[in-house]
Amino acid sequence: MLVYLIRRLFNVVATLLVVSVVTFGIFFAVPKITGSDPALMYAGRETNETALAGIRVKMGFDKPISEQYLIFVKGIVAGRDYNTGVDSTHCPAPCFGYSFKTETPVWDLMLDRIPVTLSLALGAAVIWVIAGVATGVVSALKRRTAIDRTVMVGALAGVSLPIFFTGMVAPAVLVYGLGWLDVSNYRPLTEDPGAWLNSMILPWVTLAFLFAATYARITRATMLEVLGEDYIRTARAKGLTERVVIRKHALRSTLTPLVTMFGLDFGGLLGGAVLTETTFSFQGLGTAAVAAIGAGDLPVIMGITLLAALFVVMANLIVDMLYAVIDPRVRLT
Amino acid sequence: MTDNPSFVPEPAGPAPGSEPFLSVRDLQVHFPTDDGLVKSVDGLSFDLERGRTLGIVGESGSGKSVTSLAIMGLHRTGNARSRPHISGEVRLDGEDLIRADAEHVRKLRGRKMAMVFQDPLSAMHPYYTVGHQIIEAYRTHQDVDKKKARTRAIEMLDRVGIPEPAKRVDAYPHEFSGGMRQRAMIAMALVNNPELLIADEPTTALDVTVQAQILDLIRDLQKEFGSAVIMITHDLGVVAEMADDILVMYGGRCVERGSAEKVFYEPRHPYTWGLLGSMPRIDRDQTDRLIPVKGAPPSLINIPSGCAFNPRCPYADVPKGGITRTQRPELTLVDAAEGADRHWSACHMSQEERTRIWTEEIAPKL
Repeated sequence: MLVYLIRRLFNVVATLLVVSVVTFGIFFAVPKITGSDPALMYAGRETNETALAGIRVKMGFDKPISEQYLIFVKGIVAGRDYNTGVDSTHCPAPCFGYSFKTETPVWDLMLDRIPVTLSLALGAAVIWVIAGVATGVVSALKRRTAIDRTVMVGALAGVSLPIFFTGMVAPAVLVYGLGWLDVSNYRPLTEDPGAWLNSMILPWVTLAFLFAATYARITRATMLEVLGEDYIRTARAKGLTERVVIRKHALRSTLTPLVTMFGLDFGGLLGGAVLTETTFSFQGLGTAAVAAIGAGDLPVIMGITLLAALFVVMANLIVDMLYAVIDPRVRLT
Repeated sequence: MTDNPSFVPEPAGPAPGSEPFLSVRDLQVHFPTDDGLVKSVDGLSFDLERGRTLGIVGESGSGKSVTSLAIMGLHRTGNARSRPHISGEVRLDGEDLIRADAEHVRKLRGRKMAMVFQDPLSAMHPYYTVGHQIIEAYRTHQDVDKKKARTRAIEMLDRVGIPEPAKRVDAYPHEFSGGMRQRAMIAMALVNNPELLIADEPTTALDVTVQAQILDLIRDLQKEFGSAVIMITHDLGVVAEMADDILVMYGGRCVERGSAEKVFYEPRHPYTWGLLGSMPRIDRDQTDRLIPVKGAPPSLINIPSGCAFNPRCPYADVPKGGITRTQRPELTLVDAAEGADRHWSACHMSQEERTRIWTEEIAPKL
């Protein structure tokens, strides 16, 4: 188990290195090829050759790409110094460089955005897992009844309707229609938990609806499959109550494939829920990435890409470990 | 039931006054489907006493397994929409299980009647240890603490011949071999000392070498506990080894029933002849070919209105004295003079004709 974990962690590092090479390659080599000058991006409109030369030395653009890459990786792991010979700026680890636009460290910008995205993803995940699994199970148990059909039509709607649509309908109903909530922008949890909760509910519900619909459908299908298994018949033949048969025997098998799905979905979401964040004007990783792409802010794009990759890879690792706990047939070797 | 004959002969019963331990009368299990009503079991009757073994034989889809699930009340569990219509009587120890409260039948399941299934790998939950599953079966019906139940589970594993039971009790099903898994299944079925054990093709999924061991085990345990056993199989060899009585099913109905001796040595139904002819035997000359039963089992939606076996019967054209093809043959006594050793079959051919065909045409070739 420990050996397995160590080997997997090596895999995680290797995967992230590959991702970093690819992103670095794309974002730094492409400007070289197309003839655009990254130094010019830092310099702004009013500039001259001397200033640009200074920036090139400071950012290391004068060095070969392979060396720049190594400096970039070293910056993430151990921090780096931007040295012009005249003055030196230290960028502590993890250093993803500076934004072209704001000249603030990319890491600080990401730190600023992570709580927003994390709040969104965590809360929505709790809602969609509970709601999705519960409705899926009920639907499977009440197969071909009015309840089942209603739930599945709702799930179909959830899967089909885009976030920006439900994101507008939800406040229309919950805020202006029923008056249960106020509209508010994101407020940090540490500042005012009540306001944070109030600001999060609409985005949570909107985002969770989409995922819950998928989870309900998968849960229903898996549950129906499991209920047809021989070991469920055995459980009933033993004289177990239907409650025990469902909760203990059927549900555990049903949840296994959902764990994999959840790991990937959640890991992916941590990289930024672009549509939800945009719809509710949240300053999360997703909106930051979109803004950076629009502005050609290469260091920010790279930073968020790497961070998103890290989340997905870690989620995968955790899922694999969990799998071994859930299913005794899985051996971690 | 519309096309069911009103006359169902009562099978051999015990002395008047005492009811047989298990008594099935005119059992019908019909599944409504989009294509029509599937009559999986259509009027089945038999009796079984404690300490006796009944072998139910037939092809796939003849209604063997459906019968066993109906006795166990397992057709009444799960989704209400997919449950079959069940009618008739299943009396266990004097109690009609078909009309009994579902919760009451649940309490009998696993305690008074238990079941062993065909494929022990898929029949055990992969996520729980063998011991856990046996303990669960025990504690569902007995008010004991976990420790006592665990001791009981180890005792049962030991009893069914699993080595190092105190260690293997914590193993998962996938860590057992096929034969060991079936032993564990049997331990689980017998943990509450059931009086009726239904074994649904218990050896079909196992190696030939293991099959005999499992059959021996079931037989030994039956002697020890004195329970009634229903052995469901398509393998006549298994039945020959195990059964006191044999019931041959075809198209959801009984076509021949009697003591194992009678059915094996004096069968009086063309389908039974077919089954015997298609059974490989070591003492038979290798140049003789097996004689398969031609054709396919009937669709249970459109069972032929007359004899269900008629389309496949090699003797369909034998004159039957005015009986038309749409008339259904009823179970009748082969020889009314026989006493306890009663033998029933359902065929339109006359007794004399069948005796002649068996002794002159079929038996010499087997």
